[in-house]
Amino acid sequence: MALSAVLRPGHVCLRVLDLEAAIVHYRDRLGLQETDRDDQGRVYFKGWDEQDWFSVVLREAPEPGMDYLGFRVLNEAHLARYEAALRAFGCQVERIPAGELRHCGARVRFDSPTGHWFELYASKDCKGNGLGRLNPNPWPEDLKGMQPSRFDHCLIYGDDLDGTVRLFREVLEFDLTEQIMEGELMVGAFLTCSNKAHDIAIIRHAEKGRFHHASFLLGTWEEVLRAADLISMHDIPLDIGPTRHGITRGRTIYFFDPSGNRNEVFCGDYTWYADHQPITWTTDQLGRAIFFHDRKLNERFLSVVT
Amino acid sequence: MDTHFEVLIEDTAERFICQPNDSVLKGMERLSRCDIPVGCRGGGCGVCKVQVIHGQYLRRRMSRAHIGDAEAAAGIGLACCLVPLSHLTLRVVRAPCAPLFGARRPQNSAPVSPGSPRPHKE
Ligand code: FES
Ligand SMILES: [Fe+2]
Repeated sequence: MALSAVLRPGHVCLRVLDLEAAIVHYRDRLGLQETDRDDQGRVYFKGWDEQDWFSVVLREAPEPGMDYLGFRVLNEAHLARYEAALRAFGCQVERIPAGELRHCGARVRFDSPTGHWFELYASKDCKGNGLGRLNPNPWPEDLKGMQPSRFDHCLIYGDDLDGTVRLFREVLEFDLTEQIMEGELMVGAFLTCSNKAHDIAIIRHAEKGRFHHASFLLGTWEEVLRAADLISMHDIPLDIGPTRHGITRGRTIYFFDPSGNRNEVFCGDYTWYADHQPITWTTDQLGRAIFFHDRKLNERFLSVVT
Repeated sequence: MDTHFEVLIEDTAERFICQPNDSVLKGMERLSRCDIPVGCRGGGCGVCKVQVIHGQYLRRRMSRAHIGDAEAAAGIGLACCLVPLSHLTLRVVRAPCAPLFGARRPQNSAPVSPGSPRPHKE
């Protein structure tokens, strides 16, 4: 299905055990910009080159993980169209009024066969990237940490992979860019609503509703190596990397926030076009599909989730 | 006061010394040992679960999804969130390893599986 009216993953709301520790991690180490707080104690962040007011929301809670992943859609007409289609698909759907998340318009929240909650929304206030739109400079000078330009995608784990893939392809008009197959069984799906190699990825797993990672975009491999330096300089728990994925070709490093939610910073996938055909990886070559250099399955990377 | 406490893993009779203020897991990793499984190191994933048999320790925040009140009362905790306040004796509680990619195709092929928990909203 070419050209979804879903534009991009626009926000992820993560639960953290200790909000203060999480703020230091996401603001000073990862290097997002803090853009707001609300009367529920939630804290809002964005990558420096994102125009919208926020893309990450943190909430203190007794167990970490992902509350929901939100996608921006083109306009209110498409929002209403998708809302009706989600109901017809069988999702539980609820409208959340504008302003429940500060600076965000009305959201359509829905569940999925893998037990994850997603949202669609058509408007969010513009914060801008601080460079303006008239003869701008290429980058701002006051950045901290790893300095990702944007929140890019999430990888989630859940049981009914086929159901959630069907939801994204049939209802939300995403394309399947890559898949991991164990014989006839799809065990991993990489899906895009745009020109990226993935806007969301899903891995089959015994439990519902698990969160594997939220990923943030860097510009170059050198910046990935610099992120690796910062991980050691600040004793951030490293998961794996810097390395290359076979799947999506991303050059990447993974680490954990202070509550055990996994983060990724990466650069360099490829451009997807709607007339392309998906890439298939088979589980007998899973090692190089996931980590192209050492070609080994990594138990922690594959099994640790929140 | 000597704050270098010794951790004894009862299962294997292995011991290591924890640096002051290090969690049990961090102390273990510092010595490049692997007596206890290592995951997120932040109390989120639950793979480093142990039961303390003897000794005093401080509990940092850890996920309620993995440690409930009853378990906490029984001395069970996540090694990445337990900081020794004395010498400790503990057992590794190995969670049953979830099969890669889950079991098989879910039997329930209904479009949406009911009962998924609702995220927080006020
Ligand atoms: S390593 Fe994840 S909870 Fe301890
Ligand atoms: Fe990723």
